[in-house]
Amino acid sequence: MIYREAGQFKTTYASDQAIFPIVQDRVVVLLAILAVFLVPPLAANEYWLQAVLIPFLIYSLAATGLNLLTGYAGQLSLGTGGFMAVGAYSAFKLTTAFPQINIIGVFLISGLIAAGVGLLFGIPSLRIKGFYLAVATLASQFFLIWLFNKVPWFVNYASSGTITAPDRAVFGVLVTGPNSTAPMRYLMALGFVAVFALIAKNLVRGRIGRSWMAIRDRDIAAEIIGVNPLRTKLLAFGISSFYCGIAGAEFVFLYLGSAETLAFDINVSFLVLFMVIIGGLGSILGSFLGAAFIVLVPIFLTNAPHLIGLPLPVALLKQIELMVFGALIIFFLIVEPHGLARLWQITKEKLRLWPFPH
Amino acid sequence: MKRNVLWIFLLAGAIIAAPLAPVALAQDKGSIYIPLLVYRTGPYAPSGIPNANGFNDYFNLINERDGGINGVKIVFEECEMQYDTKQGVECYERLKGKAVVVNPFSTGITYQLIPKAPVDKIVMHSMGYGMTAAADGRWFAWVFNFPMTYWSQASAFIKYVGAQEGGMDKLKGKKIVHVYHNSPYGREANPTLEVLARQLGFELTLLAVDHPGQEQKSTWLQIRRINPDWIYLSGWGVMNQVAVKEAAAIGYKMDHLVGNWWSGSESDVVAAGDGAKGFRSMTFHAAGPGFKVHQEIVKYLYDKGKGAQKKEAIGEVYHNRGMINAMLNTEAIRTAMAKYGNKPLTGEQVRWGFENLNLTEQRLEQIGMKGMMQPLRVTCENHESNGKAAVQQWDGKKWTLVSDWIEPMREVVRPNLEVAAVEEAKKLGYTMRDCSKE
Repeated sequence: MIYREAGQFKTTYASDQAIFPIVQDRVVVLLAILAVFLVPPLAANEYWLQAVLIPFLIYSLAATGLNLLTGYAGQLSLGTGGFMAVGAYSAFKLTTAFPQINIIGVFLISGLIAAGVGLLFGIPSLRIKGFYLAVATLASQFFLIWLFNKVPWFVNYASSGTITAPDRAVFGVLVTGPNSTAPMRYLMALGFVAVFALIAKNLVRGRIGRSWMAIRDRDIAAEIIGVNPLRTKLLAFGISSFYCGIAGAEFVFLYLGSAETLAFDINVSFLVLFMVIIGGLGSILGSFLGAAFIVLVPIFLTNAPHLIGLPLPVALLKQIELMVFGALIIFFLIVEPHGLARLWQITKEKLRLWPFPH
Repeated sequence: MKRNVLWIFLLAGAIIAAPLAPVALAQDKGSIYIPLLVYRTGPYAPSGIPNANGFNDYFNLINERDGGINGVKIVFEECEMQYDTKQGVECYERLKGKAVVVNPFSTGITYQLIPKAPVDKIVMHSMGYGMTAAADGRWFAWVFNFPMTYWSQASAFIKYVGAQEGGMDKLKGKKIVHVYHNSPYGREANPTLEVLARQLGFELTLLAVDHPGQEQKSTWLQIRRINPDWIYLSGWGVMNQVAVKEAAAIGYKMDHLVGNWWSGSESDVVAAGDGAKGFRSMTFHAAGPGFKVHQEIVKYLYDKGKGAQKKEAIGEVYHNRGMINAMLNTEAIRTAMAKYGNKPLTGEQVRWGFENLNLTEQRLEQIGMKGMMQPLRVTCENHESNGKAAVQQWDGKKWTLVSDWIEPMREVVRPNLEVAAVEEAKKLGYTMRDCSKE
């Protein structure tokens, strides 16, 4: 009854292949997008925007990028943190050297630079597969962090070795830097996520996405039917790094404000990989669900005892939080090894049949 | 029947209201709210726990004994951040609402929060850590790093080495190695050491150790080859323990290995056992439980079961440091109250208090910390104050001061600091204040 699809006929290929073929879905998603653009900037306080929603959006973008590479093209990567760092340091260098370039342009160019670096580190993927590739990308993670730590040019010779986001405006409104407001930074992050999630969704539905999946499922078979593994894999690395690069730039410019290389260490790579695995490999929605799970659940667990007025010592609280969080991860992986996105898919199937399952 | 419904409603109301009660108390009008970013868990917990306990003990002492600062209660709340920058920022955003001063407890988080401080009107006190350039108060009005910066500390170390060698001219040709944590924190001392190496003619070698510092074999192999006269160690957490162990393993003379003040606590040396004996470190306060303030916390807190930790841990390096940090916050707020009245203050008023803090010898005696640290005075230009450093040594059981109070080489540090301040301020788009008009 929730989905009344009676009368929804597809008369063209275009309508049959739409991202949301069901009218109800389309309406809900459009309303939701409208809501996320309007409600949080007006209603949420700075804590929610700055400490919860902005990191969620940025991690979603990074997870989407990694999902293209790992979930769709099947190339396991542990270099996400490194590629994010490339984006962040490129954005910093670009915007300090050429302040006249619009910050949106800076983010896009940083993404391209990250894509270039990703291509470079993607080359071994032609020969190395599976876990061995993970180790190779791990090398990129360590190399890139070492590089940014080692060469002072990347931080404009600052003695502290940190990069700081300067004030930059879009259409006359400050969106980055210490003087920008949280709602504007949120909108900036949301804008990027919305556009690039749409692009990613369309990528994976089209020829490129299909060739990725062909490579993922059986690379020799894919090669026989005419998918060029070199081009396909490198494209996956490039596009994935592009996403991670933009996420990295946003990480510093919209979220942290200033950062050192430690902000992009191996933990970030693992975190994003876990988001992809928990959310669902090979699902754009999964990237968002995974990011939400990893970012929001710990914050919820930290705040929950406060909300119910349980005065526990903070250290104990932290340990409980870690235990509950770990248990939840195991629980979800047992209940649904294909991730939260699959859970949602099952729910939706049931909703479509309800109340007359047959 | 109706009465039952009424009861249920009352009960439900009580349950809903119960969690609100402590919050309402915390927002009581007559109080000052100070959030504490602590790290009682995670890899740095051995340093974080005594530090946080020091804060708790001192604030509780003020509340129990004096009923707060001049009668205005201190309300403080801990937030666990595991020494992780992102969690620290989350904590800050969550608790900043009513805050007037925040102690970030980590150089990484300090860098994050410096741009936010003037916007949120919250005083940032990074006591002996954080951004050195922020000591120029003309540019960084909201950031304070007294009693001393990393740069002054490094210069005090060189001065100490000079004194040990029998004169600053004897430093010529001496080999000094700086083993540092490869992060903004670890790198802080480098520019000062480089300047002094040029001026005084000693040979400086900089050896970076990557986070977290568990692997230092190659570093100490290099040290063995260089065979330096002195080693300055800027480590943190496990890196210190490993460094001290490695130094002992290669048979380096331990009293020529000097840590900075984040590399000289009990947890850094205990792991190395007897090998650590003789290891020295910089400090800006004495360790040990032998001061009047310790008797006070035992009397008012520990004897009543209100102490934050085990009694034996009183006076550990980081416990004392936490208490001193809390004391400096308290005294700055007291200074502000002298001007604005004994009432809850705003961030701006507390900032004035920090900027005009004059901690005299008499005041230290009243507080019960005479001899524990040196008097200091903060001014508008100078946010690192005129604090002094000292050197302490580990004898296998406890840390004891082994030097007089050392005045850093301000004539060397300050000009470079002012140049760096302009650089850092330019990044944030700050303008310089005129301190004569403050």
